[in-house]
Amino acid sequence: MTAALPSSPPAAGAAKRQFLHDAAEHVRDVGHREFVRRALGGYYTSRDTQKARYRDWEQARDAASMAKWSAVNRLDELLPRFEAAFTANGGQVHWARDAEEARRIVLELLATAKAKAVIKSKCMTSEEIHLNQALEADGYGVVESDLGEFIQQLRGEPPYHFVFPCMHVRRDEISDLFGQHLGTPPTDSPEELTMIARRHMRRLYVDADVGITGANFLVAETGQISITENEGNARLTAALPRMHIAIAGIEKVVERLDDLAVLLPMLATAGAGQPMTCYNTLYAGPRREGEADGPEEMHLVLLDNSRTALLADAEQRDALHCIRCGACLNVCPIFKNVGGFTYGTTYQGPIGSVITPHLRGLKEWNHLSGASSLCGACTDACPVRIDIHHHLLHNRRNAARSSPDRLERIGQKLFAAVARRPWLFATGGWLFRKTLGLAKAIRPPVLSAWLATRDLPPAPAQSFRAAWKRRQR
Amino acid sequence: MTISLFIPCFVDQMTPQVGLAVATVLERLGHTVEFRPAQTCCGQPSFNAGYQDEARAVAIHALEVFAGAEAVVGPSGSCVAMMRVFYPELLAGTPHETAALDLAARTFEFGEFLVRKLGVTDVGARFPHRVTYHDGCHGLRELRLREEPRQLLRAVRDLELVECDEPESCCGFGGLFSVKFPMVSTAMAEVKAGSLARTDCDYIVSSDPSCQLQLDGWLSRQGKRPRTIHLAEILAGTAS
Ligand code: SF4
Repeated sequence: MTAALPSSPPAAGAAKRQFLHDAAEHVRDVGHREFVRRALGGYYTSRDTQKARYRDWEQARDAASMAKWSAVNRLDELLPRFEAAFTANGGQVHWARDAEEARRIVLELLATAKAKAVIKSKCMTSEEIHLNQALEADGYGVVESDLGEFIQQLRGEPPYHFVFPCMHVRRDEISDLFGQHLGTPPTDSPEELTMIARRHMRRLYVDADVGITGANFLVAETGQISITENEGNARLTAALPRMHIAIAGIEKVVERLDDLAVLLPMLATAGAGQPMTCYNTLYAGPRREGEADGPEEMHLVLLDNSRTALLADAEQRDALHCIRCGACLNVCPIFKNVGGFTYGTTYQGPIGSVITPHLRGLKEWNHLSGASSLCGACTDACPVRIDIHHHLLHNRRNAARSSPDRLERIGQKLFAAVARRPWLFATGGWLFRKTLGLAKAIRPPVLSAWLATRDLPPAPAQSFRAAWKRRQR
Repeated sequence: MTISLFIPCFVDQMTPQVGLAVATVLERLGHTVEFRPAQTCCGQPSFNAGYQDEARAVAIHALEVFAGAEAVVGPSGSCVAMMRVFYPELLAGTPHETAALDLAARTFEFGEFLVRKLGVTDVGARFPHRVTYHDGCHGLRELRLREEPRQLLRAVRDLELVECDEPESCCGFGGLFSVKFPMVSTAMAEVKAGSLARTDCDYIVSSDPSCQLQLDGWLSRQGKRPRTIHLAEILAGTAS
C-alpha cells in the first residue's frame, strides 16, 4: 500500500527493491490472484462481443490512433486553439509545468472561491499530482464521488487499477467498510451498496463549493471538455458546485468533435467491454445568462509534468496517444500476477511501465520496463496502437546506455565477444553442458533463481553440432 | 531448395533432437538441408536486456554466417522473430541494413516455413495422442502465427488437438526476465501450465524450446503431467 508517494523514493534503487518485495509477497497470495483473474473474466467476453459489432476493429484502431497521432504531433497548434475556444465559451485555462504548480493553481482557485468542501469525480491526473493530500493538508474536506474511488478513499489506498480502482476489493469488504464509516447495515447486493454511496453523496454534491473532475478529451475546434463515466457522478460534480475545475494532461487534446465518434466507443469497448460508456458529456463553459444550472466558473488546469519531454522523444511519442482505457492492464499477465499496488506508480500496468520512467526518472524506474516477458498482449489490446512492449525495450536500451549495471555490462560484453567467435562459443557450450550437473549442485546466483521454483533437465550427451557432424558421416 | 538450419544456442546445447527433427522433416520433403557451424546465437539475450551495441555485434556475425543462404529455418519463434523483426530495427541506418532486411525476408520459423512457404500441411506423420498447442508469444505476436502450427497438427494421423482456456497467455519465460523476476515468471508459468494441464492432454506441443524449458521446469517441479514436445518432433515421427 505504498503506491503514489508524493516525492521520489529516498534511496537509490528503493523503488526496485520495493517492487521485488511486493511482487514476491503478492505472488504468494494465490487467492487474491485468482480473485483478480476472475474479476476480469467477464471483461474478456464482453469485450469480444462488443469488438465483434465493429465492422472492422483493426480499421477502427487505425482511425483512433490516427486521430491521436495527428493531435499529439500538433500540440503546439491545437492547445492554443483549444484555449481560445474554451475561453470564448467562458472558461479559463491554467498552464501547469509540473505537479507542484498544478497543486498551487488549484489551491489558489479554491481560495478565491472561498471554498470549504470539495467534491471530486474520477481523475487520474489528480492522483498523479497528489492533489488530495495537498487539499487535505490545507484543511479542505475532499470527497471522491466515483464509487470505486470513494471506496479507495475510505480504505486509505490509491487506485489499484486506473480504470477499476477497487477491483481487488470483495463485496463483503465493501459492506464492512460502509458499515464502519457510514454506519450502514451489512448487505450483499451490489445495487444496495451503490445506493448507500449515492445516498451519502447526494448531500455532499449540494454542500460542495468546488467540483474537481478529470477530462477524457479536449476538443480543440469547439473548446469542449469530454468526460466519460458510468455513474453520473461526474455530471453532478461538474454541474452542482459553484466552481468546476478540470485537470488534464496536455496530450488529451483532439482536433475535431468528429474524432470522438471513434474514440468514445473504442475507449468503452477496449477498456470495459461496453458499447459506450453510460454517460458521455461535453462541457462547454460555465452557466450562461438564462441557463438554469451549471457552475458559475469553469477552469481547466493543463498539466505538462514531463509530457513535453516524452513528446520530444520521437521514438516513444506515441505513448502520449494513451486514452487511459486500461485494456493493456486487463490483458497483462504481469499486472494480473503482481497486482496494481506493486508498481508503486500512479499508472499501473504496461503503459505505466512505459511512461513512469519518463515521468519520474529512468534510473529509478527502469526496473518496470525489465519486469516484463515482452509477450506483447498489451500492444495487441491497445485501441490506439501504442507500441507498448517495444517501448519497454527502448527504455531498457536507454537505461543500459545511461546507467548500466556494471556487472551486467561486463557479462554482456563477454557474451558478445564469445558469440562472435564460433569456436569459443562452441567450447563455451561444451563447458556449459559438462558442468551443468555440478552447477545445479552449487547453485550460482542466476541458476539458483531458476532452480528455486523450476527444474532443469540434464544436459544431453552431445550438442546439436556434434550430432549433426556424426549424422552427415 | 537448400535450407540452412538456424539452431538457437540452447537447442544446440540442450535439445539437439529438435534440430535433428527439423532436418528430418525438411529432407523428407525433398529439400537439401545444411548446417553452417559458424553460427552462434541470435543476440536476443543482449537485445532484450537493452545492450544493443553487443546485440548488434552478434547480429552482424549472424548476417555473415547466413549470407547467401536460400532459406534459413529455425525451430524457435522467438529467435526467428529476433532475426525477422529486430535485426532490421537494430541495424537500421548502418551499412548492414540491406543485409538485415534481406536475411529477414529469407528467415522462417519451422512451422511457418512449411505452411506459408512450402504450402505443406500434411507431412505424413502419425501421433496417436491428445495434445494441446502452446502459442509462444513471439511466434504469435511478432510473427503472427496462430493457425499454421494448428493446421500442421490437424493433419497428423490419430492426433487429437484440444485448446486450453488461456490460449493467449504467456508462459513467463522471457529470457533473463525468468531469473531477474523469478517469482513473477513462476507465477505466470503456474497460470499457463495449469491451463494447459487442465485440457487433460498427453502432450503440450510448442514451437519454442525456451517456453518448453519454462513449462517443463515448473511441471516437473510440481510433479505434474503432462510434458511438452516440439512440433518438429511430432512431424518427424521421432517423438517417444
Ligand atoms: S496504452 Fe493503450 S491499452 Fe493501455 S491504457 Fe493507454 S490506450 Fe488503453
